Amino acid sequence: MAGLITTTIFIPLLGAIAVSIWPRGNFRGVALIFTVISAACALGLWRDFNTALAGLQLVERCPWIPAVGAEYLVGVDGLSLLLVLLTSLIIPFAFLAQPPPRGGRAFYATMLVMQSALYGTFTAQNFVLWFLFYEMSLIPAFLLIKIWGGENRDYAATKFFLYTFLGSVAMLLSFLGIYFARQTFDFAVLASMAKNGLVPGNVVWLAFAGIFLGLAVKVPLFPFHTWLPDAYQTAPTGVSMVLTGVLSKMGVYGFVRLLLPLFPNEIKIIGPWLLALAVCSIVFAPLAAWAQKDLKRMIAYLSVNHLGYCMLSLFAVAASPVVAARIDTDAALSGVFMQIFSHGITAATLFYFAGLLEQRRGQRGIDDFGGLMQRTPLLCGWMSVAIFSSLGLPGLNGFIGEFLIFKGSFAIAPGFAAIAVIGLFVTAIVFVRAMQSLFSGPLAESCSAFPDLLPVEKLVVVPITLLMFAVGIAPQFIFNIFNTTVVQMARLFA
Amino acid sequence: MIAWTIYVTFAGAVLLLLSPRAFARWIALLTAFAGLALGLIELVRTPIADLARFTTIVRVPWVLALGINYHLAIDGVSLTMVLVTGISAVSTVLFSWDVKERQNEFFFWLLLVVAGCYGVFLSADLFLFFAFYELVIVPKYFLIAVFGSTNKEYGAMKLTLYSFFGGMFVFVGILAAYVTAGTLDLNQLSQFQFSPQLQSWAFPVLFFGFAVLAGIWPIHTWAPTGHAAAPTAGSMLLAGIVKLGSYAGLRVAMNLFPQGFQMWGKWIVLLGVIGIVYAAAVALRQHDLKFVIGYSSVSHMGFVMFGLAAATALSVSGAVLQMFSHGAIAALLFAVAGRMIYRRTHTRELDVLAGMSLSRVLPFAAFTFVVASAASMGIPGFSGFAAEITILIGAWKTYPVAVWITGAGMVLVAAFTLRALKQSFFGEARSTVQLQDGRVALDPDWNEQQTITAAEKCGACLLMFATIAVGLYPKLLLDRIMPAVEAMRFLQ
Repeated sequence: MAGLITTTIFIPLLGAIAVSIWPRGNFRGVALIFTVISAACALGLWRDFNTALAGLQLVERCPWIPAVGAEYLVGVDGLSLLLVLLTSLIIPFAFLAQPPPRGGRAFYATMLVMQSALYGTFTAQNFVLWFLFYEMSLIPAFLLIKIWGGENRDYAATKFFLYTFLGSVAMLLSFLGIYFARQTFDFAVLASMAKNGLVPGNVVWLAFAGIFLGLAVKVPLFPFHTWLPDAYQTAPTGVSMVLTGVLSKMGVYGFVRLLLPLFPNEIKIIGPWLLALAVCSIVFAPLAAWAQKDLKRMIAYLSVNHLGYCMLSLFAVAASPVVAARIDTDAALSGVFMQIFSHGITAATLFYFAGLLEQRRGQRGIDDFGGLMQRTPLLCGWMSVAIFSSLGLPGLNGFIGEFLIFKGSFAIAPGFAAIAVIGLFVTAIVFVRAMQSLFSGPLAESCSAFPDLLPVEKLVVVPITLLMFAVGIAPQFIFNIFNTTVVQMARLFA
Repeated sequence: MIAWTIYVTFAGAVLLLLSPRAFARWIALLTAFAGLALGLIELVRTPIADLARFTTIVRVPWVLALGINYHLAIDGVSLTMVLVTGISAVSTVLFSWDVKERQNEFFFWLLLVVAGCYGVFLSADLFLFFAFYELVIVPKYFLIAVFGSTNKEYGAMKLTLYSFFGGMFVFVGILAAYVTAGTLDLNQLSQFQFSPQLQSWAFPVLFFGFAVLAGIWPIHTWAPTGHAAAPTAGSMLLAGIVKLGSYAGLRVAMNLFPQGFQMWGKWIVLLGVIGIVYAAAVALRQHDLKFVIGYSSVSHMGFVMFGLAAATALSVSGAVLQMFSHGAIAALLFAVAGRMIYRRTHTRELDVLAGMSLSRVLPFAAFTFVVASAASMGIPGFSGFAAEITILIGAWKTYPVAVWITGAGMVLVAAFTLRALKQSFFGEARSTVQLQDGRVALDPDWNEQQTITAAEKCGACLLMFATIAVGLYPKLLLDRIMPAVEAMRFLQ
């Protein structure tokens, strides 16, 4: 169906307007309706998408600002589609998870604007358009943290904004440089020119550094991650879920779509350093998580670790000095995509559970709870599934992605991958320790009146957990989405 | 057919979650029994010649793009392990017959452990193997953390972290094999010529990872605390789980990297022998009956390692037989200590037990414990003897000194076993304690005024039958184990 992508992008925006002018009543209901409609459109995209074809599909193109080569150009390939689907999954989930905030109208409108921006970011294929959407997601995120955050929200929101904004500016400058050299903003065209260097001379390094900085802050990659724990910790549950579930994927997406295709030579040169940064993310982040007392902060650090696996694999593929075997490159890239998807649902679910605990207790220090297993067995049981999924236990979604990532990167960069395995173990320590102090032991007095999972909460938890099992046991249906894209990209790197 | 052990057990576990409480233990028993029956049918029906190779039973593509298959296979070694898993599953359920709290959940976790074990023993695809191997950790954690006793949180956490720690090394080793050979099929991998350089580091990494789970000295410390913390059923199953480590060491580490194994074999022998002697010596000084048994388990696993590392067809077959025998014997010992004694006296302190003279009040328990001790000491006629003698004869050619030291170690094993036996059942009765036939003393704290139940008797008899049957006629299993072992590459 023509225009389906545009429809998907703009329905949430319409929803934002509708919520703003809606006289009164159930704003959440209105917001949910619009979210669900756009999610349905995303499913329509999946139906129309031909998984056997490589390259962009369902492309919509029309001139926009011809003077600067800006086009309205949207299309999806396997990766874009995967992320669009992920967005469609996480946002309704976040709406359901978020207890109605004060000033609900504005909250839902802002969230819907963010959703629209996310769809745009994942489908835009022209830099100007992409950058517009990319920035458009930044401001709602800032507002959501700043207005609806918990304690310390001003500091966290400002830090988040400054970091990401600085990164964006650096990226914009780099792209302007590239535009002046090459006269185009089209991703595909630029990628085809990249082999010979996009910008003459050493300026290319400047361009590279700018884009790298912007994306590395977004992911985030060690040592640019320091904004993340503050932001994730203070944001309200629903927003944390979207931040970690989808927004963090914008960075990874940027790496795959922009940095790796545009600067293949540069990445090869500084590859080992990039790999080292990824390994630092993987190993240090869980160590930091180990030291945290706040549940949300702990999950936030583990999020850095999980995205570190994606980075490890991507850098291994792009930076390997020798030409890697196709099967290894395929595995590494499939692993990245799989990990993007499964981290999205798992981390969002973990934040959801942290939110549930916080609602019941009013606090979320790990030591504020104890012996929950006796009082709320269902909550503990379902939360354990999410934890084990995050740990990468076989049979759940996390395992597939991590296995492939390690398989691929071990073949290409064995040393780095072997060190990164330590991250798996430290993550296990962190989670087992957390489970221990939350679930076991004597029932803490403050927890003795906790209700177990309410029916509404079950409605959220059960489907998402079933999805985790489905992806873990029969991952083929997710692979089908991005298989041809992976093969095509692998050819690019070979 | 044998593949159904996995499906039936998983199905039983899921069914337990949905069924009302009243049926829980019957469903569990039926499921466990079905698993055992399937194993026995396989034992009877499959010709011995078919068990000499790792024969594929199921092979379905799973993740196409990456060559991952759902691939199960069986040979004599696997079949032996499946049988012992089935036997301990049935007896474990019987010994958990009167679990009161959260019955469904308890049996659910229990069956998951069993299903995971079946999966590991039958996997012929490295990915599948690793998946099952890691999967077992979770139910084990919950069994101990929720249903355990002494210091359960600590025990559960220690065990889980050790398992993950070992898992980390296993993961690296598996990746090395997969990446180099480009296949996950165990049969193909075992034909692949890995370079000696790779083998020299991949073997120890992989083997170390498995050894953590097998409870090999000096990385055994999770085992005694885990055993002591676990509920009885948990301890009995743990005795089965340590076999995952040794089985994997044989099937994966040694079979894939024979040259690496040759390089490191003597060090494994050293660790095995130290483990036998050291654990026996430590057991001699323990006051908690479960700790005694926990250390005896470490000592027995030392025999397994020794047998594997001695690398003759006979010693390796003996090691596999020892895995079977240890499964039955350790389960029996834990059942007596945790179920028959602790449930009734609420203590496992040997000194306190010595004052109760339990042999008079719990004659059946005393009888069981005598049989189990005899088997554990390696008295002829029991499976322990058959296994250990096979190991020692097999190892004589390659490591005579180690055989001598082990022989001395067996005296220590006998010493601590007899000490535990004497103190727990045949101590001097104190006159202050009032004794009643078939029951323990009438103290309000000893609240289980109960004779040994029928379920307990059935479970104990099954295990005793297994150890005596194999002890008297080891040929039954050895005939199937030997050809399978001889087919493995590291012997050629």
